[in-house]
Formats: sequence, structure tokens, C-alpha cells
Amino acid sequence: MAEARATLGGLGKPKEARAPGLSYQWRKTISYAAIAVVLIGVFIFFQFDTDFMMLWFPYIGRGVVYTLILSFGGMALAIPLALLGALGRLSRSAVLNSISAFYVSFFRGTPLLVQVFFIYYAFPQLAFRPGVPGFLEPVLVLDIIFAGILALGLNYGAYMTEIFRSGIQSIGHGQVEAAHALAMSPRQTTRRIVLPQALRVIIPPTGNDFIAMLKDSSLVGVAGSVTELFNRAQTTGRAEVHPFETLAIAALVYWALTGVFTFFQNKLERRVARGHFREQVHGH
Amino acid sequence: MATDIIKVENLEKHFGELQVLKDVSLNVKPKEVVVIFGRSGSGKSTLLRCLNFLEYPTGGCIEVDGTRLEYGHPTRARRDAIRQIRMKAGMVFQEFNLFPHLTVMENLIEAPVTVRGESKKEATERGKELLDKVGLSEKADQYPIRLSGGQKQRVAIARALNMRPKIMLFDEPTSALDPELIGEVLAVMKKLAEEGMTMMVVSHEMGFAREVADRMCFFDDGVILEEGPPDQMIRDAQHERTKRFLEAVL
Repeated sequence: MAEARATLGGLGKPKEARAPGLSYQWRKTISYAAIAVVLIGVFIFFQFDTDFMMLWFPYIGRGVVYTLILSFGGMALAIPLALLGALGRLSRSAVLNSISAFYVSFFRGTPLLVQVFFIYYAFPQLAFRPGVPGFLEPVLVLDIIFAGILALGLNYGAYMTEIFRSGIQSIGHGQVEAAHALAMSPRQTTRRIVLPQALRVIIPPTGNDFIAMLKDSSLVGVAGSVTELFNRAQTTGRAEVHPFETLAIAALVYWALTGVFTFFQNKLERRVARGHFREQVHGH
Repeated sequence: MATDIIKVENLEKHFGELQVLKDVSLNVKPKEVVVIFGRSGSGKSTLLRCLNFLEYPTGGCIEVDGTRLEYGHPTRARRDAIRQIRMKAGMVFQEFNLFPHLTVMENLIEAPVTVRGESKKEATERGKELLDKVGLSEKADQYPIRLSGGQKQRVAIARALNMRPKIMLFDEPTSALDPELIGEVLAVMKKLAEEGMTMMVVSHEMGFAREVADRMCFFDDGVILEEGPPDQMIRDAQHERTKRFLEAVL
């Protein structure tokens, strides 16, 4: 009771003096252990088939390759789109501004799953309508991997446009003026002064979006037969009548993936922050 | 006497309905130090910012070291001229505006390398001399956040000088500084004036003006109301408004 009260009142880690018994860290470790015991209990109670899991883990786990291809591909498309989108939003040109606003509004306003289906299922239909020139066919009829990358890139590019825009806008006008006063061109100013500083603001949420995309790439596996994690879990789970086990494998692998990339994201974040925090220079 | 290095002819600047500069004309000779003072909103900073086209004049003409530019829409030729003028006119801002993501030395060599196309080595060599001149040699590899306000402003001066400008524009260079840090910046500016740099300084540091300036201009409501040598201006201003302003700041 005393502990509960202290935690509520103390916001975060309670002070040492208050804990007569175990340290905060110990109590946390024990809590995690308790959660693990409960979960294992549940698995045993429901006769979780670990042998089956071991057997299928390698096959389902290899789906990671496609998950990563989709996610890296999607990100490779989303980043330039977001940069163009942001520069369009910030441009004084009415045309560029409208295009960018339309793009953001449409792709944020419709579900990613619908976009994947559009590109993979609906576009091919257009290719064979009368009067549509043949050279459009390879553009409209896409392999599921390309369709998936396109949909993920377009969708996340729209979300990230806003991230990039606010990152660029967070750089004070004094920086731009200083660069102009040094005779730097607008392009040089953007590339050498504004964007490097904006990156510091842009990278953390972009990392979050990449991690979200890892998980959203499963939607591509719903639409078509790309054998990424979820698709493999789903198809083998159905065929072997063990969906709980196969989905658990997929969930664990997604979880591990996000853990790994969160770790890298934190490292990257610290790297780009140099020059902005005194501690960084001191090396504390 | 040598020909004027800065010529301002009938300069006008409107911000919408508001006219900030009203037909301002001013010539500056090489090596001359001109201190501009006046109330905030009188147009003195705008004049400086029009000189290197951080603000676009809405009337009149500017000439810096032979590069002449009439007001008007930014065409290609005009943009080239603006670039020429900006290379000839170094500017120091009230808020320093150092690039926080670059070290002190990187701040100094950024523009010489990207704009002038100098080698890093060449720009760094000169940068070292300039840091030495402003007394900050040991800070070359620091990021700006580690510097005091006075140190930042001295770096900003060195950064502008590393473009080898013909003239230097100072826009209230000490207004954002704690009082005890003003002296170190003014000392650097004084040294620069003694070396023969042409300078236009917007400032209310009357001690500096008296000691260093060749001429003072009192700005009032978008016009140069009065100008003259510092001693005469400070002791014996002609206009009532100048006198009142001087009484307030002295």
C-alpha cells in the first residue's frame, strides 16, 4: 500500500530513502518475471504446441526477408516523396503547394489497405480497357512486391511530408538570413544549412514511422501472395490448423524486429544531435 | 579622395502600406566607419538589410564596390548582382546566427568553400588567422552552443571576414549581449576599423561611436535626419529630436 502511494505521488522512480526493502530495479525485475510466469502458465493451460513452433519457426521467420524488402523499399520511396512534399508545402508556388496538399490529404485520408488493393488489384483492370495504350501495361500491372512498396511509400510519404515540413519550419529564419548574407544560394542554404538541422527534428519521428511500416508491411501480405512474415504465418497456420502458434511466431519476430530497429534509431538520434546539447560535446 | 565604395540613392522600402525608408541617400568612402543610430522602427536596420538585399528595396538604387543594382523584381541578372554584393558585404547580426550544427571552424569555411569554391585547406588557413585575430583560436573545434554570447559574436565576425568582404555591416552587434561581454566585441570591431575596413554599424554604443566612427547618422522616421562627425553630433546636435534621443542614450 505504501509503495503504491509513493509511486503515484512520486512520478517515476521513487526516492531511495522511501524503500525499506528491495530496490526499485529489483521490484521491476520481479514484476517482469511474474508476467512471464503468468504467460507461460496460460500457454501450458491452453496446450501451446512448442514442438510445432520450433518446426515452423525457420520457415515463417525467413519471411523477415520480404518484410524488410517491403519496408526498406517503402522507406526509400517515402523519404524523397516526403522531402518533395514538404518543399512543395513550403514553396510559394500555388501549383506546387496544391499538388502537395492534395497528395497529403488523399493518402492520409484513405486506408493503407485500400491503397494496396487499388494498386495491386484495380490498376491492372485499367490496363486492359479499350483505348489504353499498351506501354502503360507494365506501369499499371505490378508484381505484389512493387505494388506493396509503391503503396507503402506513397502512404508513408504523405504522413512524413508533415514531419519533414515541421522539421524544416523549426529552423529559425535567422539561419536562412545568415546563409544568404554569406552569398549562399537558396539551394545551398536548404541543402547545407536548413536540412542538416531539420534532420535532427525529422529523424526521431521518421524512425518511428519506419518501425510502424515494418508492421504495416503485413497488409501487403494480406493483399497478395508475397511471403512476408504475416503471410507465411497466416497460410501455414490455416493449412496446419495451428494459427495460434504460427501467428505467435510472426508476432514474436515483429516484436524482435522493432526492438532491434528502436535500438539503432536511438543511436542515430544521438549522432545527429551533436552540436545541440552541451553534454554531447563533453561526452557525459 | 577615393570614390565612394557604398552608394545609396533615393532608397525606399515599403512593407505593405508602411513606408520604412523614405528616399534615403548615403555615400560611404573606403575605410570609413559610419555609425547609424535612432529609435527602434526608425528604419536603420532596414537600411542595412537592404544593402545586401535581405530586404528588397521598393525604390532607389544601391551600389557596393562598383556593383550597381536598381530596385525591382529578381531577374537572373539581378540575382547575380545580389550575389556579387553579398560577397562584398559581410554582415553581423544581433542574434549571431551561427550555424549550430557546425563547429566554429566549419562555420568559418562553409561559405568560402560552397560559394567561392575555395579548397577546405585554403579556407581553414585563413580561418585560423581570423580566429586568432578575434582571440578564439582554441575554440575552432567547439560547437557554438559551448560559447558565450560575446564569443559567438566574435566568431560571427570572423565568419563574415572569411569571405574577404570589402565592407562590413553590423546590425546591432552588441544589443543581445550581457553588458560585461560587449567590450570584447567592440574591441574586435575597433581593431577591424583600424585595419581599414569600411564599416556601417547600427548601434547605440556612443562610446564606440565617438572613438571609432568617422561619421554618425541619426535615423528618424525613415529618413536620415542629421549626420556629422561624432564629436559634433554628440555635443552639438542640430535637431531637437536628435538631442532628445542622445540625452536618453548617453
